[in-house]
Amino acid sequence: MPERSMIEISRVTRSYGAFKALDETSLTIREGEFFSLLGPSGCGKTTLLRMIAGFDTPTSGSISVDGQPMDGIPANRRPTNMVFQSYAIFPHLNVEQNVCYGLKRLRLGADEEKRRVEEALSQVSLTGLGKRGATELSGGQRQRVALARALVMRPKVLLLDEPLSALDKKLREQMQVELRRLQQAVGITFILVTHDQYEALAMSDRIAVMFGGKIAQVASPKEIYQRPVNCQVADFLGGMNFVKAEIVEENGASMILDTPGFGRVKTDKPAAFVRNGKGATLGIRPERLRVLWDDATDKYEVAGKVVDRHYFGEITHLVIEIPGFDKPLSVTETNNFGADDIPVGAPIRLAYDPDALVALAD
Amino acid sequence: MTAPAEGIAALPVVRKQRNPVLQSEAARGLGLISPTFIYAVIFLVIPIVLVIANSFWTQNYLTIDRTFTLENYRIALTDPIYRDLLMRSLWISLLVSFFTVVLAYPIAFFISFHGGKHKGLWLFLITIPFWTSYLLRVMSWKVILGYNGVLNATLMGLGITNGPSDAFLYNTSAVVITLTHAWATFAVLPIFVSLEKIDRSLVEAATDLGDGPLRRFLRITLPLSAPGIISATLIVMIPTVGDFVTPRLVGGKDGVMIANAIQAQFGKAANWPLGAALSVTTMAVVTAMAASVVLVIRMAARRIR
Amino acid sequence: MKTLRNFAPSWLKTYAFLYVIFLYLPVIFLPIFSVNTSATPKFPLSGFTFKWYGDLTRTPALTDAAWNSLLVGVSASLLSTIFGICAARAITRYRFPGRRTINGLLMAPLVLPEIIVAVSMLLVMLQLGLSLSLITVVFGHVLICIPYSLSVLTSGFEGFDRSLEEASSDLGESAFGTFRRVTLPMVSPAIISSLLVSFTISLDEFIMAFFLTGTEATLPVYIWGQLRFAAKLPGVLALGTLLLAGSIVLLTIAEIVRRRASNRTQNMGGIIA
Repeated sequence: MPERSMIEISRVTRSYGAFKALDETSLTIREGEFFSLLGPSGCGKTTLLRMIAGFDTPTSGSISVDGQPMDGIPANRRPTNMVFQSYAIFPHLNVEQNVCYGLKRLRLGADEEKRRVEEALSQVSLTGLGKRGATELSGGQRQRVALARALVMRPKVLLLDEPLSALDKKLREQMQVELRRLQQAVGITFILVTHDQYEALAMSDRIAVMFGGKIAQVASPKEIYQRPVNCQVADFLGGMNFVKAEIVEENGASMILDTPGFGRVKTDKPAAFVRNGKGATLGIRPERLRVLWDDATDKYEVAGKVVDRHYFGEITHLVIEIPGFDKPLSVTETNNFGADDIPVGAPIRLAYDPDALVALAD
Repeated sequence: MTAPAEGIAALPVVRKQRNPVLQSEAARGLGLISPTFIYAVIFLVIPIVLVIANSFWTQNYLTIDRTFTLENYRIALTDPIYRDLLMRSLWISLLVSFFTVVLAYPIAFFISFHGGKHKGLWLFLITIPFWTSYLLRVMSWKVILGYNGVLNATLMGLGITNGPSDAFLYNTSAVVITLTHAWATFAVLPIFVSLEKIDRSLVEAATDLGDGPLRRFLRITLPLSAPGIISATLIVMIPTVGDFVTPRLVGGKDGVMIANAIQAQFGKAANWPLGAALSVTTMAVVTAMAASVVLVIRMAARRIR
Repeated sequence: MKTLRNFAPSWLKTYAFLYVIFLYLPVIFLPIFSVNTSATPKFPLSGFTFKWYGDLTRTPALTDAAWNSLLVGVSASLLSTIFGICAARAITRYRFPGRRTINGLLMAPLVLPEIIVAVSMLLVMLQLGLSLSLITVVFGHVLICIPYSLSVLTSGFEGFDRSLEEASSDLGESAFGTFRRVTLPMVSPAIISSLLVSFTISLDEFIMAFFLTGTEATLPVYIWGQLRFAAKLPGVLALGTLLLAGSIVLLTIAEIVRRRASNRTQNMGGIIA
């Protein structure tokens, strides 16, 4: 994948009175990547997307697309196109008319126009539905029309504002796969705004996690999930056990932490780490803990007692109290070996992978 | 509770930052609405201010004397002719608004709760007469209630009366009947709107908690539709007081209302300041009456528990 | 629960029908007596005739009044719709200080006694030394049509999703192009229905016209003048019938246009939500 930058956001702030929707944010998005802005509602992700599209103006800072500064350029002259959260399908036009809405201004000639509309419709698997009225479409079809309408413009960047949030679960999962495949086929830079961490993890090349108008971390899905920089990111991306730890040694990029259960652990030092006394937090994902059955042993293990159990079909959540830990640990076990039958109150031993332990800034 | 003075002192002084985008949104909105707004100011606000000003002046033949005087108000309030007219107009508009609202409520209720698929059609049926000429509607009542009219013909045809009666036309009841008919739709719409806003699960909850149809209507639906009843009352009562077509056509001698006097002052009698004072007085008094009716309805709605 | 909610007490339904009859019955006598041979409206009917209608066309004062009404109606509906578009767009699209107050002021003619609005305007015209004419009638009619235009247009504009305009702009269309290709087609039903409704209001309006006109009469003013003469009543009934029929036709068209449009936006809303 080429490493050329497509979007440069430098020190962009957007304030509404005293409230800062976006606070001195800088970000580089590469050409051809599927990039996600992930965060809870009100974190500034949609504001950022709308500023790239040209529907909102930074209070300070600048945005450039493909090397061109976007200051003062209105939305209709930007090389970006958007898929709206509500899809914004023009209700008075049919599918075909919707898709060629933007092309009409380019005066391509009837043949070329028709060819490009056909192509766009086939890209989103809507071939043959061109004459369908906008009000006769299902949710999934409307989403596809919105996509085709944007793609047909051959934008340098496609912006997607929570495009899947209106769809039901099954359709959403199917569209995730299709969107990813489509992005790889057309090779255009996609920027997706979402509050759904699974969606971001499943589709993106890279993710920026945002909280309170600031970007907390930008990294690949795997890194964001496995090596979150702080507790907030870790928590937002999924279940996480937080264990109080003591800093024994801190040097450069790594540190050694001591916990009553896991013992001394050497970990990477997160970029956002700010030392505050001797305390720190050590995190481990519930699925990285493993129940040790019968006589099995492991080099790294802790022992405790099951205090609660929640059945979820293919998996079971076990809550395990371990002497010395301030909070019980959550463990996710697949139900292959009978985790759903472990009685509450039973003694239990857990194995863990020390590499899965991460130091977290608070 | 802290003392008011303390409360004010304790408030932090917040100065809102001026935001260019918000500013321009406000500017755009104001700019866009300004033609309409200016029109309303020129043709509604200024004229009403001028009427108020006129009411404090006097007229000598064709010239207006602009020295401040309360003489017009003295006449408007103490002259038995005007006082009686005003009292009668208030009484008529009170009766009319009472009848229209009471008659309109069941129909609004029916459309909102039982209108089903034909809600739109019912509403359209109800609103059509309201858009059509009110002069014509008054005229048709004249045809119905007259000496040779439909009502007399029907009564005689049914053998209830022997000869035509002149008791139906040219009196207060004729005015009340005609106005109640003329304003019917005005009362249906606001009540319908407020009934539509009632969350149906509230009614179901009342049923679930043991209320029968009548009780749940009195305890839930009726109090929650009070805003609709209030606006229906206002929308009928205030304009009705200023009607002069109905009294003129069907009112006869005891149906004359204050608006006929106002019209006379701006027409034949040509005493604009007195006409203005009568207008202002009418507005003030009817507003006061409407306000007290609103208070009564509110209190009644609050009483029901 | 379903049976409970769909249970319409039969007396309520009966009442609804009686109410509609009460609304329409008086109006029905106009056409009935307008085709009656007798010069006084009374039962039993004496015979069927169209002669009163025939007489109408031979009355020059009436054709003048009809022409005046048409002029006033067209001007008033155009102006009030234009004013209504500005105001409705501002109110539905922008937040600005005084939004509610201004809206209240524009709706005020609906709840003010018409005679007071009329005499106030009359006073201004006279004291400014303007001579009364059809133009002053138009001014008055625009004022009382604005509340109707405004409510029709506001409800039409409210169903309009702002992201549609953003989408158009995003696809490269200019501000004017967006207005022409997206905004206008979406709101045109509301505009048409505002035009029709305000034309009907103006056509039927009497009090403002009565006070604000000079020597030229509109149709209702003409009718008012004729009411003094008992002999003219059948002609007035015929004219009234025509006016009534015209109004109902216009209003039905307005309703159909409005409903078709609201179906469209409602469908959209239904799917989005």
